[in-house]
Amino acid sequence: MDFGQFLVQLLTDAGGSLVSAVTAAFVLAAIGLNLHFGYTGLINIGQAGFMLLGAYGFAITVEYSGDFWLGLLVAIVVAIIAALILGLPTLRLRGDYFSIVTIAFAEIIRMIGDSPALQSLTGGPVGIQGFKFQGPFVALSPLPHEGTLSLGPLTAPYTGGDSWWLRIVTWGAVVIIALIALLLVKSPWGRVLRGIREDEDAVRSLGKNVNLVKMQSLIIGAVFGALGGVFYVLSGSVQADGLGRSQTFLIYTCLLLGGAATVFGPILGSLLYFVFTTILTDVVTTYVPHTVMNVTQIPQFVWILVGVGLMLLVIFRPQGILGNKRELNFIG
Amino acid sequence: MTDYPYDRTALRAELATVDELPGSAKPEPILIVDRITRRFGGITAVDVEHLEVQRGAITALIGPNGAGKTTFFNIITGFDSPSAKEARWRFQGETIASASSFKVARAGMVRTFQLTKALSAMTVLDNMLLGSQAQAGERLLRSVFWPSWTGREKQLVEKADELLERFTLHDKREDYAGSLSGGQRKLLEMARALMSDPAMIMLDEPMAGVNPALTQSLLGHIQDLRDRGTTVLFVEHDMHMVQHISDWVVVMAEGKIVAEGRPGSVMKNQAVIDAYLGSHHDQDLGDDAVLEEDFDELAKVEETEREVEEEKLEEYVEAVREAEGEEN
Ligand SMILES: Nc1ncnc2c1ncn2[C@@H]1O[C@H](COP(=O)(O)OP(=O)(O)OP(=O)(O)O)[C@@H](O)[C@H]1O
Ligand SMILES: [Mg+2]
Repeated sequence: MDFGQFLVQLLTDAGGSLVSAVTAAFVLAAIGLNLHFGYTGLINIGQAGFMLLGAYGFAITVEYSGDFWLGLLVAIVVAIIAALILGLPTLRLRGDYFSIVTIAFAEIIRMIGDSPALQSLTGGPVGIQGFKFQGPFVALSPLPHEGTLSLGPLTAPYTGGDSWWLRIVTWGAVVIIALIALLLVKSPWGRVLRGIREDEDAVRSLGKNVNLVKMQSLIIGAVFGALGGVFYVLSGSVQADGLGRSQTFLIYTCLLLGGAATVFGPILGSLLYFVFTTILTDVVTTYVPHTVMNVTQIPQFVWILVGVGLMLLVIFRPQGILGNKRELNFIG
Repeated sequence: MTDYPYDRTALRAELATVDELPGSAKPEPILIVDRITRRFGGITAVDVEHLEVQRGAITALIGPNGAGKTTFFNIITGFDSPSAKEARWRFQGETIASASSFKVARAGMVRTFQLTKALSAMTVLDNMLLGSQAQAGERLLRSVFWPSWTGREKQLVEKADELLERFTLHDKREDYAGSLSGGQRKLLEMARALMSDPAMIMLDEPMAGVNPALTQSLLGHIQDLRDRGTTVLFVEHDMHMVQHISDWVVVMAEGKIVAEGRPGSVMKNQAVIDAYLGSHHDQDLGDDAVLEEDFDELAKVEETEREVEEEKLEEYVEAVREAEGEEN
């Protein structure tokens, strides 16, 4: 492959990851995590668990009812219930306990999904294949149900699978959720959130129901995560191991890269993250000889670089790209 | 709060009739506390049988370090729980025992902290706005409909600006609270507490670390508050200040209320002198003439004690030298 060809390939792949529904799904989860971590100071280390739960709730409901909207509703409701169960005993404790419980929660969801015990519902290790639950979503599409559309170098089906229809809907959801998040954090309610992040007792002494507000924040962020999970699986299948611990750290990386406690940080961070890893994968695949690194080792290598990147980021630019250094200076 | 018919002479006259005894009844109590105890392991930090706080007055709560003042504050504001179940306290006629801290604040009893709690990564103005309890936009469902709260927000900003002006923090308005000095944080915390027009404000050492020039104006603010009908209960170690502004003084020692009285006379109380001399030999108890006599005497006693000790030391050193000399 000559360099010109490689460059075209690179730009196409990068552009593809920019519009991808997977990127949008992680943006949603990152916006939710930002509400927890960036604004409320809740260190939720189980955001991928909420994604997975939402994905299961959606896929199973749609598989058995054939109703897309009911599936969406169930995804939201299970996220709310999980947040309540998780939050009620832990939000009144010190933050560390909450964090530990969120990890445990995410692992429990993942292991239940993986276990053969509920195989009839979750598909066990095989998961729930896309064709079982994607139908009703595809049916909603006003776009042609056959054929592909090319926008510049990017080609995808109108409807079905990783389609333009899915991309329009997921990015539309991103716009709506980001707008809601913007209104929330810029409101007096958002001010209470930031106060809680700084000092719960001070905020209590000013007459705010801190436990209630923390619970509200947890629930809203969890619902955003669950919606992210729904859109994440709409172009693929539901698989417990696809949304594990490493996905939570991926969301953190996106959030910290863009800038926690900023409205556009999670969006910018996720876009940059996916473009960057796509480019990195392309470069390594093309220029590192296969005798040095084989196809299965490349994603692992990219993961290692992402981990190192996250470390460097936290050390040298903890506020991320959009974050406010001064605001962060006083944290902790 | 402004419609409170305040008359300081009348208040003082009323308080003049009150017995100067621990737990004495007040003509018009805003806060009545009964049987509050708090034990930490083996020690009893607070053991208050009965206390009434007069409405509209500035009451000072004094006592040596570790007397239990902060713990007492924590309990009645819902930040800590009493050890025994029979604890009762009523604020403005309402039982607030076992209410959570935010409900206490909503009932109109707002406190500040001895270790200041400024919200560091928020601006001074945001700190102030958070102090208000009258912003419906703090409710989740209202928050996204911004037209429903922007009007109120404007009023609150005006009010915050006024208070910041009074507390000499106005030019810090946009700064992060974390960049303020210790004294400025104290000021901010007090100003913030006033945003909700509390019926009663409880200040835990409000003047600690505030420069003396500013202290004067702060004292003015506190009196001003009282003049507008706010009841003030404050903890303070500086006796000059206590004498200067308080209408009533409550003295705590080892968890108990050992004395109560008018600022002019309470310091002459033997129980108070004992309480302080127990732990604070060199504490300046204020410029009360009678007190100074007591302290002069005390100083003399200390002086002679020190002389005696020095003599003993010299004797000892000599004895050692002699012993060494014999060995050689
Ligand atoms: N959380 C706690 N755990 C154990 N002991 C405590 C705790 N809080 C306070 N104490 C003890 O209770 C006693 C009263 O403390 P408190 O802070 O109420 O005193 P204070 O009157 O406010 O003193 P100061 O004037 O120094 O602020 C002290 O002996 C202290 O060591
Ligand atoms: Mg104290």
